[in-house]
Amino acid sequence: MLLSRAFQPVAMLILLAPFVLAVMAGLLGTSAGNRNFGIVFVWIVWWAVLMVLLVPGLGRVWCTVCPIPAPGEWVQRRGIIGGAGRLRTRGLRWPRRLRNMWLQNAGFLVLALFSMVILTRPSVSAGVFVGLIGVAVGMSLLFEKRTFCRYVCPIGGFIGLYSMAAPVELRVRDAQVCVDHREKDCITGNDRGYGCPWMVYPGKLDRNLDCGLCTECLKTCTMDNVVINLRRPGADLAKPVRGNRIDEAFKALIMLACSIIYPAVLFGPWATVKEWAAIESFGGWLIYAAAFLIATLVVIPGLFWLAVAGGQRSCAGGLTVRRAFNEYSHALIPLGLAAWVTFSVGFALTNGSYALAAISDPFGWGWDVFGTRDVGWTPYLSGAAPTIQAAILIGGLLFSIRTSLRVGLRHDPSGETTLAATAPIAAFLLASTLALLWLYLG
Amino acid sequence: MSQAAPVPAQRRPITAGRAILLVLIVGVLLVPIPGFRTPQTHNIVIDASQFEFSPARLTVNRGDIVQVTLTASDVVHGFFLDGYGIDFRVEPGTSQEFTFTADRSGKFRYRCSVACGALHPFMIGELVVGPNELVWRASALAAVAVGAMLLHARKRPSA
Ligand code: SF4
Ligand SMILES: [Cu+2]
Repeated sequence: MLLSRAFQPVAMLILLAPFVLAVMAGLLGTSAGNRNFGIVFVWIVWWAVLMVLLVPGLGRVWCTVCPIPAPGEWVQRRGIIGGAGRLRTRGLRWPRRLRNMWLQNAGFLVLALFSMVILTRPSVSAGVFVGLIGVAVGMSLLFEKRTFCRYVCPIGGFIGLYSMAAPVELRVRDAQVCVDHREKDCITGNDRGYGCPWMVYPGKLDRNLDCGLCTECLKTCTMDNVVINLRRPGADLAKPVRGNRIDEAFKALIMLACSIIYPAVLFGPWATVKEWAAIESFGGWLIYAAAFLIATLVVIPGLFWLAVAGGQRSCAGGLTVRRAFNEYSHALIPLGLAAWVTFSVGFALTNGSYALAAISDPFGWGWDVFGTRDVGWTPYLSGAAPTIQAAILIGGLLFSIRTSLRVGLRHDPSGETTLAATAPIAAFLLASTLALLWLYLG
Repeated sequence: MSQAAPVPAQRRPITAGRAILLVLIVGVLLVPIPGFRTPQTHNIVIDASQFEFSPARLTVNRGDIVQVTLTASDVVHGFFLDGYGIDFRVEPGTSQEFTFTADRSGKFRYRCSVACGALHPFMIGELVVGPNELVWRASALAAVAVGAMLLHARKRPSA
């Protein structure tokens, strides 16, 4: 099935339908977010499925079926299932300076700063998705392949980051086969599929970050060398980071910081902060935005930098602090992911019942397609949720500690400096977890 | 972690460490945390307005009786209490009275249950019923587990 040309386009088409409905509901339907399919299906159902099931369980699989780049890709290929010869694109290469996650970091922060508005105003939420599709189409016409997905999409950034913790990977069976294979159909493409749209060379793929699971190389590889493996969760995390990837470290730090800020703002008892976040007053929002950016870009990264530097100083491990900051930032990934799962579980259990009404009456116009329009709001498992959330957070913490120890052991296999190098990082991780526990349960 | 070869010489201290760890974890999870005083009755007026409850955080002790007078100062609001399944609705200018016994400890959010505007899903207050065992046990468990992992890493035999 994965080998069929039709697989990915059909999956995207199937998802495009609810997506178009969500955008239409957002633009035309009721302004009450909790009655609008555009809010309920995107921010309650899709978000929960993405963060609780897909990313932790299957990594980047959302990118396999995501409808956002679909129109752009089909325009570029002049066809949906089979392309028709010459591509419709200037085929430009993305500027080297931007071949990193900084734009994705910036895009995510911009969305995060407006998230209270996006989450509660259907028209704004729809506008964001129309905007993303527009940028994706425009970039398909100008730039080669999935440049948008790889370097720009703010959602793709964190999905890629957290997919490194997933128990699934696409890899080559035998890297030597790739080295010896002159034609490299996976890069050039052939009559069975396109050259890697994500501009990845499977032969060198050793972590999930940049692989969009588009399944093209499964089709194009003439040596039958590409496979999808089950693996130990988090297998990518302790691997060496190639090159200088402060962008990636910041992705992990921004996501962890946001996973602490979000429950405080959205679920906390501080109404004034919510009003600032919702731009009820512009001055209030400015204060909120400034605090948000300082926390995500200065305070949390600064504390982590200090932890890494402290560890390196006391162990004399021979790593530059910058290098160690890069490598140990992977230890933030399991806890960050767990914190997002915790957040999403809470939000979905509390508000999931809105989905029943919204599916019958997507625009809030009084339709009753499935007879569930009048199902009332009921939080599910509101008594058990805190225990579930505590378990997820502690699990994420231990997974993170284990990752930091593995990174430490890779740099010093004797294990003698591991404790000194990782103890301050463990303290940072524990402090983050305690903050989360007290926000959710305290 | 890496494929550690068996190291018989190290077994004893690790086993002793594990025993202590086990005792600690069991202690953290099971040691009873006593209630502080005899049950009291609280009379609390909670006002609901767009988009907040006032007071937004309440603290009582397990076993206390909580008598709530719920009012609304602008539009119709609701009061749903997580974990207790309490749900009331209040019209502006009127009040709703109800009483419950705070017999479950922990933090329970109260949420507006009547759509009242844009921020309605985030109209949230907190009732903390002490002693808040869950958060203390979870915090202690996290700390014990982290300590154990670090100490275990230190004992890792040099290869
Ligand atoms: S086509 Fe297959 S064997 Fe050849 S380089 Fe690509 S993945 Fe490796
Ligand atoms: Cu309300």
